[in-house]
Amino acid sequence: MEILFYIFALVSIVGALGMVLSHNIVHSALYLVLCFIGLALTYFSISAPFLGAVQLMVYSGAVAILIVMAIMMVRRTDMSVSSPTQSLIKRFVGAGMAALFFVLMGLSIALTPLGAGESALPATEAADLAGLLLSRFALPFELVAILLLAAMLGALLLARGGDES
Amino acid sequence: MSFLFDSVGMPQILGLSAFLFSIGLYGLFTRRGIIAILMCVELMLNAVNLNLIGFDRLYVHDGGGQVMALFSIAVAAAELAVGLALTIRLFRLRFTTNADEADTIREFKDFRD
Repeated sequence: MEILFYIFALVSIVGALGMVLSHNIVHSALYLVLCFIGLALTYFSISAPFLGAVQLMVYSGAVAILIVMAIMMVRRTDMSVSSPTQSLIKRFVGAGMAALFFVLMGLSIALTPLGAGESALPATEAADLAGLLLSRFALPFELVAILLLAAMLGALLLARGGDES
Repeated sequence: MSFLFDSVGMPQILGLSAFLFSIGLYGLFTRRGIIAILMCVELMLNAVNLNLIGFDRLYVHDGGGQVMALFSIAVAAAELAVGLALTIRLFRLRFTTNADEADTIREFKDFRD
């Protein structure tokens, strides 16, 4: 399973880099879907199959469609340069800050003594997560339901335009 | 290069997560369109989800981290829906979706029309 993890990680990294570097925002959205699919396969390879399925359905399904719909609802003149970037000096500063963050995180990962985890245990089934959601995490579960309802109504109101004639 | 051929451990997962987060951070700094910025935020949230699931699978084993990742996915979906609705609303008002052109909160009368 190790080689599969590296292949899937490579897929998601290629998707993320393409998303950031593409000048066409539709291509960016499609690269983002590739990155999400790679991450879902990564979840499968570390034997978290329910989260992989949720990632496939929610992110590479619903979120991708939402983003593409929003792109289509916003009129643009020329699609080939539809994702403008900052000036070159700002891009260098941004790349420097992202690289600095990555180096700091890598140093802290390398210097932290992490015990050898046990990855050979049986995979987490959906029934285990369902039991947790309805017993130990019942209150956050209800709160998330309320949050999703409020977000749906709020998005409808905001996009529709309220009381304008 | 020997670490590449060991079994998948926490350093590999954390490294992938940190790299994806850094890519998202770069995009967040360099993009001007709001939709592209929201896509970079989604990428960063996914990197954090990978951390949660990895720690749960390799160390804790009780499923709590995966439930937390589920909540994180739900909150990210809500955030994206409201953000895209705001973007469409901004486009109707100002005919732009660039984040740095929506800075005229002083001219409120012009903003309304």
